[in-house]
Amino acid sequence: MERQIDVEIRELKDLILAMGCCVEKSIEEATQALILREPDRFKKVYELEKTINEHHILVDEACVRILARQSPLAADLRWIVATIKINTDLERMGDQAVNISHNGERYLTEPALKPLIDLPRMASEVRQMVRSCLDAFVRKDLALAEQVLQQDDVVDQLKNEILDELKAFMARDPQSISRALNLILIARNLERLGDHATNIAEDVIYALTGKDIRHGHS
Amino acid sequence: MGVEMLNSVELETLGLQAYFGQVRALHGVSLQVPRHELTALIGPSGCGKSTFIRCLNRLHEESPGARAEGKVLLEGRDIYAPTVDPVLIRRRIGMVFQRPNPFPAMTIYENVASGLILAGVRDRRVLDPVVERSLKQAALWDEVKDQLKKPGTRLSGGQQQRLCIARALAVDPPVLLMDEPTSALDPISTARIEELLVDLKKAVTVVMVTHNMQQAARVSDRTAFFLLGEMVESGRTDAIFTNPADSRTEQYITGRFG
Repeated sequence: MERQIDVEIRELKDLILAMGCCVEKSIEEATQALILREPDRFKKVYELEKTINEHHILVDEACVRILARQSPLAADLRWIVATIKINTDLERMGDQAVNISHNGERYLTEPALKPLIDLPRMASEVRQMVRSCLDAFVRKDLALAEQVLQQDDVVDQLKNEILDELKAFMARDPQSISRALNLILIARNLERLGDHATNIAEDVIYALTGKDIRHGHS
Repeated sequence: MGVEMLNSVELETLGLQAYFGQVRALHGVSLQVPRHELTALIGPSGCGKSTFIRCLNRLHEESPGARAEGKVLLEGRDIYAPTVDPVLIRRRIGMVFQRPNPFPAMTIYENVASGLILAGVRDRRVLDPVVERSLKQAALWDEVKDQLKKPGTRLSGGQQQRLCIARALAVDPPVLLMDEPTSALDPISTARIEELLVDLKKAVTVVMVTHNMQQAARVSDRTAFFLLGEMVESGRTDAIFTNPADSRTEQYITGRFG
């Protein structure tokens, strides 16, 4: 027999999924606008952010309602607690996509500093992480959540390489500083996106196993 | 078993079995109850938790055809040993029931003092401070101190239950058993009793049967889950309610059965 809490958790999951889709789309639009030099696509990011923010509130309201009315325990409780945290991460991911757009818009006002190679790779890795952590959440897939944690190391490595390369540009040519700084900020935004995806993966692991693995905790 | 373990465990059952005639209601339950903690017993109706708690002060054997096997150690000594008088055990291990049951012909004062009066104490200089202390411990003193000569049955349901708690405390028991002590009370009275329990366990070890999972989560230090006459799992309450080890516990506390 289906419990009322099952119905409400399913509706909550649908809300998170819809929000996650917006976040994925938002990151895609922000990074593709930059890579393909199509600044019009940044507008879509700003529109998506409004929807993400609306979902942020809806998800919190749904979680509070379930806590108040259903008094969830055990796996149900862990699921709601994880959802509250995942909701916060998703909203901040929406903000990071907006930050990428702001920095990208500034970058695109000038000629390209260099052909972008590592940055698209980093964007692709981050989008993969975001997709995987959301899939892990929806499918209750522990192995996939653990995989996301490994991917974050790749993203961090790429960010360091991008930073080294851009620092060299700035040292050689002061004219490149403004554009290089925008790219550094974007790499930093992408890294933060990876961190949020990692947080979500950690929350999924907590919801599924009850184990808190953050900060090396076991 | 080391000395340290004995110091921290007030009450312990070893392979406790309970029968009603030929029917076995408890299938060998072993549970340690640490001193000055509140242990909640949860489980669906008929799981044996009330039978278990009634074995802890030898009340179970008062039912026709009922008997218990195994050991119940109070401070390391078996209360089922042949030389032990069950009446004395019930003074050491008090009990509060689901429905408040003040003695109807007695005043508030007499209700609280009844245990000592039965034991032959008549001196008001002895009884007065015990009555006051017990009513204070039961968080009832301020409400009844000017009406101690009124019948206990004149009080509200919640007050009557606190009167019963005061009556149980008056003989200074190290352990207090409570069988669904708030199930007949309104939410305000329930909240008063729950507040009281948190204070009470500073002085007394409490074992409480409850059907209210949220109550167990709110007030208990440890929780034991019973099912079909067995104790499935026991542990720290926060662990039981956030990440139980046994899937049957998980199923029960998330409302999938029972």
